[in-house]
Amino acid sequence: MRALRSVFYVVALPAALVALWWLLTLGSDSFWVPRPGELVSTFREVWIGPRFMDDVVPSLTRLAVGLVLAIALGILGGLAIGSSRVLRRLSEPVLEFFRAIPPPVLVPILMVLVGVNDTMKVLVIVSGAVWPVLLNTIEGVRGIDEVLSDTAKSYGIHGTSRITMLTLPAASPNFMTGIRQALSIGLILMVISEMFASSSGLGFTIVQFQRSFAVTEMWSGIVLLGLIGVLLAGIYSFVERRVLRWYHGLKEVEQSE
Amino acid sequence: MSETTPSPTGQPAAPGAAAPSAPTAPTAREERQEVLLSVRGVRKIYPSAAGPVEAVRDLTFDVRRGELACIVGPSGAGKTTLLKIIAGLLEPTSGQVILEGEPVSGPPRTMAVVFQEYGRSLFPWLTVRGNVELPLKNARVPAAERARRIDEALEAVGLAHAHRRYPWQLSGGMQQRVAIARAVAYEPHILLMDEPFAAVDAQTRADLEDLVRDIWHRLGVTVLFVTHDIDESVYLGERVIILSSSPTVVQEDVHIDLPDERSQLETRSTKQFADLRHHIYEQIQLAKAGIVPAQIAAGVTQKEV
Amino acid sequence: MSSSTDDVARAGAPARGRSLHDRLLSWPPVVLGVAGTLLFLGVWELVPALGLVPAKYLPPPSETLGIFARNLTFVDFWLAVWDTLRGWGLGLAFAASAALVIGLVIGGSGVLRRLTHSTIEFLRPVPSVALIPLAVLLFGFDLESKLMLIVYAAFWQVLIQVLYGVADVDPVARNTARSFGLGYLARVRHVVWPTVLPYLMTGLRLGAAVALILAVTAELVIGNPGLGREIALAQSGGATAPMYALVIATGLLGVLINVVFRAVERRALSWHPSVRAEVAS
Repeated sequence: MRALRSVFYVVALPAALVALWWLLTLGSDSFWVPRPGELVSTFREVWIGPRFMDDVVPSLTRLAVGLVLAIALGILGGLAIGSSRVLRRLSEPVLEFFRAIPPPVLVPILMVLVGVNDTMKVLVIVSGAVWPVLLNTIEGVRGIDEVLSDTAKSYGIHGTSRITMLTLPAASPNFMTGIRQALSIGLILMVISEMFASSSGLGFTIVQFQRSFAVTEMWSGIVLLGLIGVLLAGIYSFVERRVLRWYHGLKEVEQSE
Repeated sequence: MSETTPSPTGQPAAPGAAAPSAPTAPTAREERQEVLLSVRGVRKIYPSAAGPVEAVRDLTFDVRRGELACIVGPSGAGKTTLLKIIAGLLEPTSGQVILEGEPVSGPPRTMAVVFQEYGRSLFPWLTVRGNVELPLKNARVPAAERARRIDEALEAVGLAHAHRRYPWQLSGGMQQRVAIARAVAYEPHILLMDEPFAAVDAQTRADLEDLVRDIWHRLGVTVLFVTHDIDESVYLGERVIILSSSPTVVQEDVHIDLPDERSQLETRSTKQFADLRHHIYEQIQLAKAGIVPAQIAAGVTQKEV
Repeated sequence: MSSSTDDVARAGAPARGRSLHDRLLSWPPVVLGVAGTLLFLGVWELVPALGLVPAKYLPPPSETLGIFARNLTFVDFWLAVWDTLRGWGLGLAFAASAALVIGLVIGGSGVLRRLTHSTIEFLRPVPSVALIPLAVLLFGFDLESKLMLIVYAAFWQVLIQVLYGVADVDPVARNTARSFGLGYLARVRHVVWPTVLPYLMTGLRLGAAVALILAVTAELVIGNPGLGREIALAQSGGATAPMYALVIATGLLGVLINVVFRAVERRALSWHPSVRAEVAS
């Protein structure tokens, strides 16, 4: 009975919204808003076919490569800067500045520096997504508990062992927060770099639909981008629940005290 | 100051009046044993905005192999500073610490430390077993040997049932048991304990004190136990090193000649215990007042009689 | 472990072993920050000077910062800044008010919270840039298309924080207020609002940063007037150094917005006793 109730709570509102949408578009033949059935069949026609390999896969590959590079760079850089108080103080203003630059303005800069190609699109994602990971990792490394650090030292844990046994796990709640932000920034930048400077890819295709007033196709593209966003968020929370199980348990205990 | 000191035995407390049991000569058993840890003229000055602060002035004492020595002192006596220097976590401004003939210049392999803040000294992302295992993994102890040591250590502290739990799922006392098990499994020659029971409730504390004596007996490990609690130091130690307040020197080195078998109820209610407790209390009051016995021979277990 | 076992050598060790790191550490943090910034500018100056990257593509800071400084005297530059800030401010204000009202309503009812959870979690990660084509179709270059993107992006940031805030309201306080006969609005004002306020401030700070990103994005991609469009124009016109100068301007604008909102948030937090870490997830 309870399971049924929770299913109801999950499904009720989305179902009601879709029903409303269906009802409102039932009689009309609106240019702006397609009917639900129409959208589903268009989605299938447009994206499940050659376009999937030509536009969707390359876009997602660039996104994945860019994100992996950004996360790796962010964590490595964060470990280095976070471990040294001098480096932290030296780099703080510069990093604050880079973090505050709205990432989309990096697109024209990288177009100038690298040209219009895949490397540029990947670099756009890296250069926008690296900051939240980097800054959160620095914060995490800086905030390692002194007693924990002394404990590790007293057991002769230093060098690389210290990084794998102490620094990385201790900073993991922070860099996971950074990764979550990096995912949404990365997706935004993937779309923008393709809208702004490209002749293929998801962003480009959707803008083409809009320019040719293929409204239902454009909507299907919006839905696809939305699904990718939801999928990324889903993967993230799946991984996060595993990696940070200890952290959530610890927080729960602390809050109940 | 000392006139108003409440005396547990009902006698008026007089400065310099030595408790009858305190100044006894070291036993033959102790003399037989070699010096394991030697603290030589250790001094520590911290730089600060208001000029240098002298936390420890001149500390000299020895700990013999197999001994259970307690260090007591008023708060702010630089106990933690001293312990960190001994543990190789802090460099002294001058003087040195010698462990088994080698000067300490970093955390020694044959030493394990149990910190007061159990909640912060356990790795929250590791299970109880993982916490005990980590130092062994780092020291590249083979897996089978590792498993044996972990099982034994957790058994010894009464946590054989809790391998898979996380430290934060346990009570404070149990967490400190995990920290002790981790230290024990490391098989150190000397175990440093920095006010390990200051943050647990009274009953748990009594249990843990008995646990420390039990482990010391069973493993024959040398224990240096820092506390601010006079009762605890007398109950646990074979010997109590009293520190003066800051800047710190050794106020007195007291031999505790209580019987080896100790029990929370009986030992604590003996006259001998009360006298020792009284004596140390008095010395700490003197230390707080800044009165330091003129000649404290370094390394000698007692003051001149 | 080395030969320096005697006391003299040991005592001398700290002074001798005072590494560069330790010496730099004794400097005031501000000096180090300035030094780091100068170091960064120096490297940037050297890279084109040494020919590692042609100055055509990476003009040195001496040139770029000069243009930036000159921009400050131009009315057109300030008009672009104004366009960007206007879209940002209007969008953020609209998103925040909507999120606050909706958050208070949803958060106040357990049933509503459970009913809307799946929908919110589904809509939140939808990248707002996906709406760009729709915004263009509906509004073209008008301010509304920019606002649509900003509002969509900033709304979720604020809403989530408001929901956390309402969930954090002490149930005892809520029931006490009810037992004293306080009406719904009075309860919101005296019980819910004080708890929600710091969360709202956190949401505003996060939303403000996102709103700036989307404002610039709209200008860059759609072509609404503002700093983003100026950057796009400079790039397509091959005016590289002015482009860098404009990027620096957007960065400084971002820093300014961060600093202001962090200060506001800190005040709201200090007024509220429960200092809490930023809620993750």
